[in-house]
Amino acid sequence: MTSFTATAADSGTMFRRNLLHMLRYPGLTVFVIAIPVLLLLLFVYVFGGTLGAGLPGGGSHGAIQEYLAYVVPGILLIGVAGIANGASIGIAQDMTEGIVARFRSMAVSRAAVLNGHVLGNTVQGLLCLAIVLGVGLLMGLRPGAGPLAWLTLVVFLALVCFAVSWVAVAMGMTAKTVESASNWPMIFTLLPFLGSGFVPTSSMPGWLRQFADWQPFTAFIETARDLLAGQAPDARYGWLSLLWCALFVVGGYVWARSLYERKSVGAS
Amino acid sequence: MTAAITARGLVKRYRDRVVLDGVDLDVAAGTVFALLGPNGAGKTTAVHILATLVRPDSGTAVLAGHNLAQDPQGVRSVIGLTGQFAAVDNLLTGEENLRLMADLRHLGPREGRRRVAELLERFDLTQAARKPLATYSGGMRRRLDLAMTLVGTPQIVFLDEPTTGLDPRSRQTMWDIVRELIADGATIFLTTQYLDEADRVADRVAVLDRGRIVGEGTPGELKSRVGTEVLLIKDPDGTPRPEIPIDGTVRGLRDALAAVDGDPAAVVSLRAPSLDDVFFALTGSAASEASTVGAAPTLTNASATDASSTEEEA
Repeated sequence: MTSFTATAADSGTMFRRNLLHMLRYPGLTVFVIAIPVLLLLLFVYVFGGTLGAGLPGGGSHGAIQEYLAYVVPGILLIGVAGIANGASIGIAQDMTEGIVARFRSMAVSRAAVLNGHVLGNTVQGLLCLAIVLGVGLLMGLRPGAGPLAWLTLVVFLALVCFAVSWVAVAMGMTAKTVESASNWPMIFTLLPFLGSGFVPTSSMPGWLRQFADWQPFTAFIETARDLLAGQAPDARYGWLSLLWCALFVVGGYVWARSLYERKSVGAS
Repeated sequence: MTAAITARGLVKRYRDRVVLDGVDLDVAAGTVFALLGPNGAGKTTAVHILATLVRPDSGTAVLAGHNLAQDPQGVRSVIGLTGQFAAVDNLLTGEENLRLMADLRHLGPREGRRRVAELLERFDLTQAARKPLATYSGGMRRRLDLAMTLVGTPQIVFLDEPTTGLDPRSRQTMWDIVRELIADGATIFLTTQYLDEADRVADRVAVLDRGRIVGEGTPGELKSRVGTEVLLIKDPDGTPRPEIPIDGTVRGLRDALAAVDGDPAAVVSLRAPSLDDVFFALTGSAASEASTVGAAPTLTNASATDASSTEEEA
């Protein structure tokens, strides 16, 4: 077996293992899905009337529906951040138990354990996002996206989940205990709030707006928002999204791999 | 006899603490080798180095023809490791854990299924095969752990304190399984704190103390260095006298008693030599001496053997 096919086979095995984990321990998946759904309900039905009226060009008529259309992409990215939490917790569980030392003492491709986590999380992420969108549709969301835009949106969100998961996996490995594994990924949950997730960045003070316009989640949210509305994505945010994704994948991968080599024995 | 493991000059430091201080090991293929030592002696570190988990600061090792530094994947393909803590996936069932190993060993679906069924049967886990690990006892988890190690039919099996934390019955089952492995012709490298465990299964024993091999030989050779029995004498007021190793003969006992100018009412008893005795004989310091020279590590090590605390090595 060549090293590439061996890596692919081992990654597939680990991916199946992670899917089994989701079935056996559905609590984490349910939690990861419940949070964005609750936030969606909260922001639309509680804050939506007021926030929708404040949107540029927003009138008081149908403010809630207008805000629903505005906030769904932000909630989707909150979902991605939740997935990041799950990824960190999952890898921290592995690292604090002896199983990773076993994998490392076997002729298993070195990246396979991490690949399995990241791929499993991406699938979990897409499931979560599909449910959030489904709830949005039930609440009256009527996206303007055609089939091609939907397909692009799915691929784009999968890419974002994949990229953020790589960083989250590395963050989870820095944790000494499972309990502290979700500390760092909390940053991801904050970013949609400090970006265009819930209100346009144009309403923010200048210094915050600078940050919001460049940070990854604003780019992700704006691109998702355009795709969902059936518009061609804004070029600046589109490219910025791809750039951030590439940075997350490469940075997260290198960081996670180096931690994997160093940390999997210390636990005992 | 071909060598299964040859290690030369293994050194490992963690910051300024020297864990292994130039360890040489020779294990012949198809034999059982026991690395004996108190907590903190460096046993686990030695196993972790040979199992490619930890890189030594210096030294070389060859396992079944594969050089540790140049061909770690080759080494991994011929070894199996069972550590002190059951390395199992707690969210899967016993059968799924074994299937995971079969897939990672690239056994193929048919051979994988066959091997998993065989191991479940052999380790008496068939009934619990589809149950979640949360329902497994400590002994079952250890058995599953060892079964997972054996899925790939490794030539060299590392057993790092395989009986630590097990009740006497599970301990017995574990040794039965180890004996079967030996009969199958695998090379076994085990670590233990207990001389009697090494005595029961090992062809050769090396004693590790503070990162150095202080003695090596068959269990019989090692014990003969301390005599086959230890004579204990307590004065009537309960004060223990220094222990006297004897050779186990009537003459030896008589001579030893004759040398004691003692109260005829003193209480005597005999016990088998313990790791402590071998350990002190090999390090050349008696227990009483160790406490007075201020050799604190020796004293701590010796007392730690009695405690059932888990090893705290990195």
